[in-house]
Amino acid sequence: MPSNKPYKNIPGTTVFDADMASIGFHLNQFCMSLMKAPNRERFKQDQQAYLDEWPMTEEQKQAVIARDYNHMMSLGGNIYFLAKIFSSDGISFQDAASTMTGMTLPEYAQMMLDGGRTPQGNMYEGDK
Amino acid sequence: MAKITAGVATSHVPAIGAAIDNGKTQEPYWQPLFKGYDYVKQWVKQQKPDVVILVYNDHASAFDLNFVPTFAIGCGAEFKPADEGWGPRPVPNVMGHPQLASHIAQSVIQDDFDLTVVNTIDVDHGLTVPLSLVFGQPEAWPCKVIPVAVNVVLYPAPSGRRCYNLGKAIRKAVESFDQDLNVQIWGTGGMSHQLQGPRAGLINKEFDNAFLDRIVDDAEGLSQMAHFDYLNQAGSEGIELVMWLIMRGALNDKVELKQRFYHVPASNTAVGHLVLENK
Repeated sequence: MPSNKPYKNIPGTTVFDADMASIGFHLNQFCMSLMKAPNRERFKQDQQAYLDEWPMTEEQKQAVIARDYNHMMSLGGNIYFLAKIFSSDGISFQDAASTMTGMTLPEYAQMMLDGGRTPQGNMYEGDK
Repeated sequence: MAKITAGVATSHVPAIGAAIDNGKTQEPYWQPLFKGYDYVKQWVKQQKPDVVILVYNDHASAFDLNFVPTFAIGCGAEFKPADEGWGPRPVPNVMGHPQLASHIAQSVIQDDFDLTVVNTIDVDHGLTVPLSLVFGQPEAWPCKVIPVAVNVVLYPAPSGRRCYNLGKAIRKAVESFDQDLNVQIWGTGGMSHQLQGPRAGLINKEFDNAFLDRIVDDAEGLSQMAHFDYLNQAGSEGIELVMWLIMRGALNDKVELKQRFYHVPASNTAVGHLVLENK
């Protein structure tokens, strides 16, 4: 792994770099397959069987089935690819984002209406 | 000769497209946002651009992990709206300008910017939401559009400096095109937002407003901002803002600010919008 990754210090954030893209290649390509309606149907009918068609790790497959987006990202998933999963589920970006924050959807939606999560206390303040 | 006369910057949040497509623009949540675009809708009718060079990013719609070009230019004659998982947006196909696009590619590649030439590409909300915000809901888009796609999904995106200088090279290319064309350049994406992880929902009004100030009057200085500062201060998806610097680099050093608008929130995102004319 390249050693200099100052962005790893940013709190609550996974930066999708080449190493993550390598770990998550098949997970993300599985997500892309959901852009086709027939694939969405097959996935919905039997998720495990559909996932087994992809050379993903069992941990990646279980994270998909659990819709645990933070876990999927830690296993190389990128949010724009993972969006194909929650779009297939008929869930909005805001609803999906809220599941990653430990907040309820109404709490998250209210935070956004109130101007969003404040930068204070949520940025890396140390040396780069 | 072709000439770049003006620039537009705007966020391209997908929920804005959904609000337009589903007739929700006058709902209380959306009304203040769309009001901020009243000016540009009138302005563009007077400006009548022949071609818009539209800088945007693909969101894992046309480019999956098989191919990730840092910069790509659409040289095709026609581009369809992408199906992003819920069917294509009900908007007109986008008509390209193959001659000008190919000329730009030829010129900037020889100027050391190695654009990937793309002839077939479905264009996602990153490109079509700005068109809807500026042109409304016409039967056909009123001008030709040259898509310029920038990778901001796989880290690292190109640097702000690189984007700013690409803008300058695009301007040089346009000005050496032997047809009388009124060309605009639009930079899209941003402003501060983070769509992922426990920090999702980050909005940084101070950062955004400083960015809106500096891109008008201190673009050269702004172009020096490091990736880390975008990610840390504007959120992991806030790095889309480097695309505004391509637009700005293609304009004169001195520009006239015709419209400035800032609004929070649209879904998870802070919305910023500028209209700039070359002085």
